[in-house]
This record gives sequence, structure tokens and C-alpha cells, in this order.
Amino acid sequence: MKKIIVYSLKDLLRSNWIYFYSIFFLLITSALAWMSQDPLKVVVSLLNIILILVPLVSLLFGLVYIYNMREFTELLLAQPLPRMQVFGGQFAGLVIALALSCLSGITIPFLLLRLQHPVEWGQVGMLGGVGLLLTLIFSAMAFFLGLRFENRIKGFAAGFMIWLFFAVIYDGIFLWLLAIFQNYPLEKFTLAMSWMNPIDLARTLLLLQLDISSLLGYTGAVFQHFLGHFWGWVLSSALLILWVALPWWGVRRLASRKDF
Amino acid sequence: MIQLNQLYKTYGKLKVLRAIDLELSKPGVTAILGPNGSGKSTLIKLILGLVIPSQGTITVQGQKVRESYSYRNSISYLPQIARFPENLKVKELLQVIEEIRGKSALRDHFIQYFGVESYLENRLGHLSGGTRQKINLVLTFMYDTPIRILDEPTAGLDPIALVALRNLIEAERQAEKLILLTTHIIPLVESIADDLIFLLDGTVHFHGAPAELKQSTKHSGLEEAIANMMLNAKKDYNGRMSLSLHPAPNS
Repeated sequence: MKKIIVYSLKDLLRSNWIYFYSIFFLLITSALAWMSQDPLKVVVSLLNIILILVPLVSLLFGLVYIYNMREFTELLLAQPLPRMQVFGGQFAGLVIALALSCLSGITIPFLLLRLQHPVEWGQVGMLGGVGLLLTLIFSAMAFFLGLRFENRIKGFAAGFMIWLFFAVIYDGIFLWLLAIFQNYPLEKFTLAMSWMNPIDLARTLLLLQLDISSLLGYTGAVFQHFLGHFWGWVLSSALLILWVALPWWGVRRLASRKDF
Repeated sequence: MIQLNQLYKTYGKLKVLRAIDLELSKPGVTAILGPNGSGKSTLIKLILGLVIPSQGTITVQGQKVRESYSYRNSISYLPQIARFPENLKVKELLQVIEEIRGKSALRDHFIQYFGVESYLENRLGHLSGGTRQKINLVLTFMYDTPIRILDEPTAGLDPIALVALRNLIEAERQAEKLILLTTHIIPLVESIADDLIFLLDGTVHFHGAPAELKQSTKHSGLEEAIANMMLNAKKDYNGRMSLSLHPAPNS
């Protein structure tokens, strides 16, 4: 598998899109740091950008990658290698390339800029961790869609719909349900609903760590109330890892019986 | 070397291959022919394990295809479409395959044979279709495997490369390898094939030597013999179609 990871990385790290992605985060982080001077505020603002952008880029870039590699994947599968080594290697290469580009864009400005307050590296690390988990989850979804849909247009449409659902529509439905049933106890319902959206989970995970109660929102407050900081953090991390495993399980199932 | 037993492949309602029984045990060049959509590529991909059979078994060098992947050590495959990672250099692509299959002793020989030595430092995305096909050929021939599977090997090649390829296939035949190829270029088949498999409508319509086909269709040229066979098959097919319009006695 190492061989496949190395070749995927060599190919991807020369792609212009990977540089654009990195430069975008570099510019945004620098601009935020320059405007606010408070690392905590920069981390919170960056969180909101990461929650929206990382899933979208992972899905779309992942799909472009899989569809562009279609013929070469066929050649690799005709070599004496098990199928999952080919897909595992390509997936790892994609995630490493995307994560490196996002993480370098986030961390370099913190290293270079002199801010008024000292940088809490634990918080920046958590932000990077959330970025990495979201990259893993949505790249695995992209692999699943790429294998599921032979037709690229269907694949991209499904990818975009998934992003729209988790990033926008889900919260709308959630709020609507909370408003309708406001006279009932909703804590457990809220907990369950937040488990079903990796973007919400990622937000809760980082805000619990940052300890900013005013920004936690209802979901975060319920998490904190029921589980406390530590267990809330452990549970949301575990659930996010489960969110990586779920689409990857789908990829394994599809890859083992797909015709190329 | 390769056995296919009662092989079926269906995609939903579409029956691509039906009841294929083939034994390819003698070395030499076997050409798989048939109109577009007759199942040629599917047949090749089944042998490579790229397509999974709906029913039936495939054995290559005594190993069942669905149970292992190591049998692919004895096969080198030339895919129909030569598309590679665009940002990799030609040299790096050759390295990827070498890292998977082991160091190739013939690599430099075939780089020279197909005249691609000046492209080694170029990125694959910058190469023309014909040059990519030559790289594809180098990747296939740089391992000395007993089985070669070539899917439309002549696509995009200039006349010089075409002659080089034909001479190479001839040399491989002398070396007693099993070469399985699909092509639409009948003169190429006529000059190199020892054995023909004609696929039609998902079944093996003819399997035998080119001379047998010429004899059975009473044509001296292979092109005419194949055209004649296709025409007869079409008549059969239309006949069956018109018959099938009437309800079967038992239904």
C-alpha cells in the first residue's frame, strides 16, 4: 500500500488545486489574525470556515481525483495486488495531500505573525484535528460516490447534495423541529440529532475544547450538561471516528464486488 | 493456461456473456474478434479479475481468479485507454509499476524499442495520445510473463510503431507465449493470429484457426470470411428475432 500512497502523493502534491487550497487558508488565516490580534477569535472564525469549506473541497476534489484516476486504477487492479490495497493507498494519498495543504495554510500564519496574545497551540492543534477528521469523513464519502456512480454528473450531483444537506439543510430541519416541539423536553432528541451530522459534531468537539459557553449553542450546551467537558469531548471524538468508518465500510463493500 | 467454464456475465437485464466455455492451453496468438458491444473487453477483464462473473469459473495457471490475485504475476495487460496520472513523469510511472511487480530487466530495452527515451522526464499529462500508447506498451512488455493480454494494442500508433509492435508480437509467439488480443484490424489478425475467437451476441460463435474459418465460409481472405460470418449471423439473429415475435408453444 505504501507504494500506492507515495505515487498518489507525488501526483497530488503537484496539482495546482492543492496549492490554491493551501494559499486560500494561508490568506484567510493571515487576514483574520491581522484584523483581530486575538488567537482565540481567529480559531473560532477559522472553525466556521473549516466546517463549511473542508467538507465541500474534500467531496468535490475527491470525486475529481477518483474519476480522473479511473483508467489508471484499472491498470493497477490488473497488477498482482489486492483490490483494497489500491483503494486504501489512493485514499490515504488523497487525505494526506488535502490535510497537509489545509493544515499548512492554518498553522503557518500563527507561526509567522506576532499577535497581541500568546497562541494556545492546543487550540490550533484541535482546529487542525477537526479539519483532518472532516477531510477523512468527506473524502471517504467521495470515494464511496465515485465507486457507486459510474456517471460523473450523477456522482458530482450526489456529492454536492450531501454537502448541502450536512452543511445547510440539516441545521434548518433541526431548528424547525426544535421550534415545533419547544414545549417538550428535547435534550435527548438534540443529542441524537447532533450525532447524525459530522459537521455539527466537529463544531461541538472544538467548542467544548475552547470552553466558550456563549458559542456552544443549544447542542453544545446539551452535550456539556449531560456529559460534562471530558466525556462530551470523548464521545464526540468517538462518534466522528465512527463517521469515518461508516463511508469507508461502504467503500470496502462496493470495491470488493465492483466491475471495472 | 486459461480455462473458462460456463461463464456468464450480466449487467442488470443485459446479458453480456452467456455460457462461455473456453480453453486456451496452447501458446500462440489468439485474436478475440466481434462487433462493438459483443463482450470482447468484458471477457478480457473477467480473466484479469477486473470484472466479476455472474456465474462460472475462470482458472489461470491452475489458480482460480476469484480466490487469489497472485496469478496476475503471470499476466501483463495492455489496457485499451492509455490514461495515466497527469502530474507524474514517465520515469515515475515506470517506477510505480516496478515497485509493484519488481525490478524489470527489460525496461530500458523496450524504452529504446518504442523510441520513448526522450520523454522519460516529461509529465504524462503533456504527452500525445500515440506517445502515451507507446508508454503503455513499454509497461506491458517490460515483464517477461507467459501470458500477454492486449486490448486494442494498435490504437493511436504511427506506422513505424505498428510495424515494431507486429514484429514484437511475432517474436513473443516464437517464444511460446500466450498472447490474447482484441482488435478491429483484420490484416493484423491475418498476419499474426494462430487462433480466432469470434464473439457474437455474448456467445462464442466461432473458435478455431483462421484457415478453418476461411474453409467453412469458402472465402480465401480473412476479412471476407469474417464479414460473411457476421452477415450469416445477422440473418440468424434476425430470423430468431422474427421467430421470437410469435409466442412460444409452451408460454
